[in-house]
Amino acid sequence: MAATGRWNTLQINRVQRLERVAQVLGTDLQGKILPQTRIGDLLHAALEVGDRVCIEGNNQKQADFLAKAMTQLDPQRINQLHMLQSVLALPEHLDVFENGIASKLDFSFSGPQAGRLAKLVSAGKLNIGAIHTYLELYARYFVDLTPRVALVAAQAADRQGNLYTGPNTEDTPPIVEATAFKSGIVIVQVNEIVDVLPRVDIPADWVDYVVKAPTPHYIEPLFTRDPALISEIQILMAMMAIKGIYAQYEVKRLNHGIGFDTAAIELLLPTYAASLGLKGKIASHWALNPHPALIPAIEAGFVSSVHSFGSELGMEDYIRARSDVFFVGPDGSMRSNRAMSQAAGHYACDMFIGSTLQIDLQGNSSTATLGRIAGFGGAPNMGADARGRRHASPAWLKAGREARDGKYAMPRGQKLVVQMVETFREHMQPAFVEKLDAWQLAQQANMELPPVMIYGEDVSHILTEEGIANLLLCRTDEEREQAIRGVAGYTAVGLGRDQRMVENLRDRGIIKRPEDLGIDKRDATRDLLAAKNMKDLVRASEGLYQPPKRFRNW
Amino acid sequence: METLVFRFENGTRQLPRNPQLVGVVSSGNLEVLVNHADLQSACEIEINTAAIGFATIWEAVMKDFNARWQLANVRIAINDMGATPAVVSLRLDQAIEASLEATT
Repeated sequence: MAATGRWNTLQINRVQRLERVAQVLGTDLQGKILPQTRIGDLLHAALEVGDRVCIEGNNQKQADFLAKAMTQLDPQRINQLHMLQSVLALPEHLDVFENGIASKLDFSFSGPQAGRLAKLVSAGKLNIGAIHTYLELYARYFVDLTPRVALVAAQAADRQGNLYTGPNTEDTPPIVEATAFKSGIVIVQVNEIVDVLPRVDIPADWVDYVVKAPTPHYIEPLFTRDPALISEIQILMAMMAIKGIYAQYEVKRLNHGIGFDTAAIELLLPTYAASLGLKGKIASHWALNPHPALIPAIEAGFVSSVHSFGSELGMEDYIRARSDVFFVGPDGSMRSNRAMSQAAGHYACDMFIGSTLQIDLQGNSSTATLGRIAGFGGAPNMGADARGRRHASPAWLKAGREARDGKYAMPRGQKLVVQMVETFREHMQPAFVEKLDAWQLAQQANMELPPVMIYGEDVSHILTEEGIANLLLCRTDEEREQAIRGVAGYTAVGLGRDQRMVENLRDRGIIKRPEDLGIDKRDATRDLLAAKNMKDLVRASEGLYQPPKRFRNW
Repeated sequence: METLVFRFENGTRQLPRNPQLVGVVSSGNLEVLVNHADLQSACEIEINTAAIGFATIWEAVMKDFNARWQLANVRIAINDMGATPAVVSLRLDQAIEASLEATT
């Protein structure tokens, strides 16, 4: 009895929405395809007051045309929307709050909009449900934050509404799945409508409406780092990482954070790591975006496999030509998937290594700064011990042994979570602090907890230009604090060290200086980089990598 | 601009007399000039820095530098454009090493 409406209210409501749209659009709706001029009419007919609406805002690919259309809605008709977004990247993502169309937000990361978001919160224009990590937010799409309407972006659709998402699949699969299978409405913007798709990433019967956007969706080249900007200090730290951690633990499966510190490691694999005889022994399997800086290591045969969260502009042809390494469809182009890669990074990688802005005396690490609500993104899923993991590997077992040796504890493994920072960032901002800014931000923005990116209990190593602190081996809170102070350089935290205790930690191998690792600082020169600039990367790729214009500096 | 001067007495290591220059004056970097000078076995370091208010950190960095090298009759001039302590130590060590290598 479909009409009774006791157990199928969502389906009935869905049918009502579809009927409203059919009436409003009339013959402008051809199957599932509508002209871009009618987007406002579609949204007014398909949306209802108070809806949970997910706009696909990824790290890279943006449903920018639909996001802009949302800002043009009449707040008299559509308001009180509850927005769900993994990334708030565009000004339009916040304009809907300023315009009185939306009132509540659940999200993961807001990098470029962090300052404005904080202002809107303090002006009472926006209510934050919670700030999530990526996997956590996708998980809630299937539990208590299922979208009523999803606005997503794809590269192309065919006339039936099948979608090809292209290399930047990113968040599309979980958003569409959660919405389509809970009687919601899925609206897609595409760059082109074609007769035959290269491959089908999302089947047509999960899709309700397709609109061709006036311009191709925006993609941000987020993971490109110009090797010309890598410093000698970063090279020194990369040498310490390779010799002091990768080699020690035989780390084969890993994820790298974004930044010059990890780009330096990638560029030292075919040179420094190879000279240590580590080819085939470390860094072979990755959960990683297609970093251009990884090209020389791939070409040198270091890398067996890379699964990606998203893609990277300019890497398309290179990926296509290296299908043994990357995940590509039968059509030859890559398929990324942020949710799958996050799961891979959490459960199947032995190590996460990345940068941060602040580390406190317990090793808690945060990128929160005053006046900005930036959120988390994916680092906490990578940078956390996977308590649900059961399969063993040498790296995981060794880390687990070090953390439990001498304790009365069930033997188990542990993930390596490495925070790699220079003791001072630019403008002499110390990376080590007594108290994280996150505490004050929590108070300012009325958060229940300080926004900590990686909890100290999950951090296994802190690596600075002064040395490596192995926190797994620390047995007391005091040892842990002194191990952190012992690599904190000339920051106030570092200068406040107990010199004798730090020397004792060094004797026990808990702190290792470059010289303890047999690294001569004088060897840390740019000559070690497998590519010294963008042109070298292009050359290493045999001309297949095509950097975006702003990186073409030759 | 801020000017800081540090003097460490009773050095033991002599450097060759030819001057040595390393680094460049650009943002986040610095220039180190090492000169011989008759300073009664002391080492004198004069720092011109664009970043104001970091005297304590400079002092700690220079003390550690002195502990590493124990230089005698050396005058060092530093032109700093906001380099981090790590870069300062690196450039100083490079300058001294280059100076010592020039002898052999």
